[in-house]
Amino acid sequence: MEQNIAVGKQGWLGTARRDTWWVEPLLILVGLSAFGIYSTYSAVFWDYHFEIGPYLSPFYEPLLVFDWWPFSPAILILWIPLGFRTTCYYYRGAYWRSFFANPPACAVTGWEGKNYAGEAKFPIFVLNFHRYFMYAALLLNVMLWVGAVRSYWWQGELGIGLGSIILTINAFLLMMYSLGCHSLRHLVGGKLDCFSCSSCARTRKRIWDYITRWNEHHKFWAWVSLIWVAFTDFYVRMVSSGVFNDPNTWSNFPRP
Amino acid sequence: MVQEEGRQITVRILRGEGVKTQEVEYQVAVEPGWVVLDVVLHIQARMAPDLAVRWNCKAAKCGSCSAEVNGKPRLMCKTRLDDLDLTKPVVVHPIKTFPRIKDLVTDVSWNFEVNKKIQPFTPKKDAAFIYFQEDIDRVQEMRKCIECFLCQNVCHVLRNREQYQRFVGPRFFVRLAGLEMHPLDDADRLKQIEEDGIFLCNITKCCTHVCPEDIHITDNAIIPLKERVIDKSYSFWNWVLQPFSSK
Repeated sequence: MEQNIAVGKQGWLGTARRDTWWVEPLLILVGLSAFGIYSTYSAVFWDYHFEIGPYLSPFYEPLLVFDWWPFSPAILILWIPLGFRTTCYYYRGAYWRSFFANPPACAVTGWEGKNYAGEAKFPIFVLNFHRYFMYAALLLNVMLWVGAVRSYWWQGELGIGLGSIILTINAFLLMMYSLGCHSLRHLVGGKLDCFSCSSCARTRKRIWDYITRWNEHHKFWAWVSLIWVAFTDFYVRMVSSGVFNDPNTWSNFPRP
Repeated sequence: MVQEEGRQITVRILRGEGVKTQEVEYQVAVEPGWVVLDVVLHIQARMAPDLAVRWNCKAAKCGSCSAEVNGKPRLMCKTRLDDLDLTKPVVVHPIKTFPRIKDLVTDVSWNFEVNKKIQPFTPKKDAAFIYFQEDIDRVQEMRKCIECFLCQNVCHVLRNREQYQRFVGPRFFVRLAGLEMHPLDDADRLKQIEEDGIFLCNITKCCTHVCPEDIHITDNAIIPLKERVIDKSYSFWNWVLQPFSSK
């Protein structure tokens, strides 16, 4: 049996897909917006609740306090992770879909028309300089590990608290996110055409193999580290403002 | 109405020539294990002998039977019916990005014209043609491409933005990556790769999602090519060191 059915042109967000294609871009939109709002609030509206005992919020690590800088010290730090994540190849794909519907999802009609430059023209072209933010982010990773190790010392006494564990997990997750970076993968070995041509190239290939494995899960590390860094800041803020009591081994841990 | 024996499903196929199209609905009795291409060929054999469909191997290796099944770009021969919701009509459209010739057959010749413009493998004159597997793994991934053009179809730069003059599309970045990363290839390709529109790609990864050969098009071809072009033409260090480098 045959039956004819007229088909209209698909307009904006038009698709023949039947699955819930809009869920992922919507979750990304909500997740990134929530993080943006929380981190902006935490960084800009600073009220000295970013530090208590040996714990320093990762938004403020390393703590840069200068007389000439009247604003939040976090601003001197956060441009690095902000730039790193904004130019990150995973996040680019995510926010081009979720925030700009360009396209909203695969085989879903987004903006149409030939007036399109992608990432080829300034200022969007700057997204391609991901590697420079990566250098700074790797340095920041070292500082976050320093902060994590420091969180086991309070007034000369070695100890451990829930905050120490949270800060250590935070440093680990951010390290895994950074070490899976596409630009790092390229610079370490991806730019080589021949992996077997020298002992140096063979070593670089081995490192490249590791980074490739981490890079395959870049999306996972990106989200887990993003959520955890916000949670870490929230935890330090809550302990510092007296809402939570940090369970720890120090008898002289400051009580706000 | 004559109904066949077996489980009845409803299939809608977009039929017509050029821009004149409409969905035609068929009631088909299907058997266990069928793929969408089985259904389409069944319709062609029993109900609509003038139905145009391109196919060859029915084994997901020739790349001929690309279509959009329930809105998703897929190979019809690799799309099992039992993976679809058969309580609703199965909708089969031709790939959208290329001009329709008739029914499910589209004119993909633009791709072959693009392919001709790519400088072929250009080995060094004294190339020994001896290399290790680890040097060629990346290239072999690119060589898995079966030219189904599903990636070209789903890429919004072609599909919605129609940048046919400025953008060669994911399939050809895969080919270019295989050549550029080949340990024996001596051609300088990066300037051409930039002119081929590598920076028009905004990394939304749809090409990777639809690839039936599971080539990691974005992560292993497009992004490495972007990074190489940045290295070559926009590296800060190159810019700083340029006055001191020998020509």
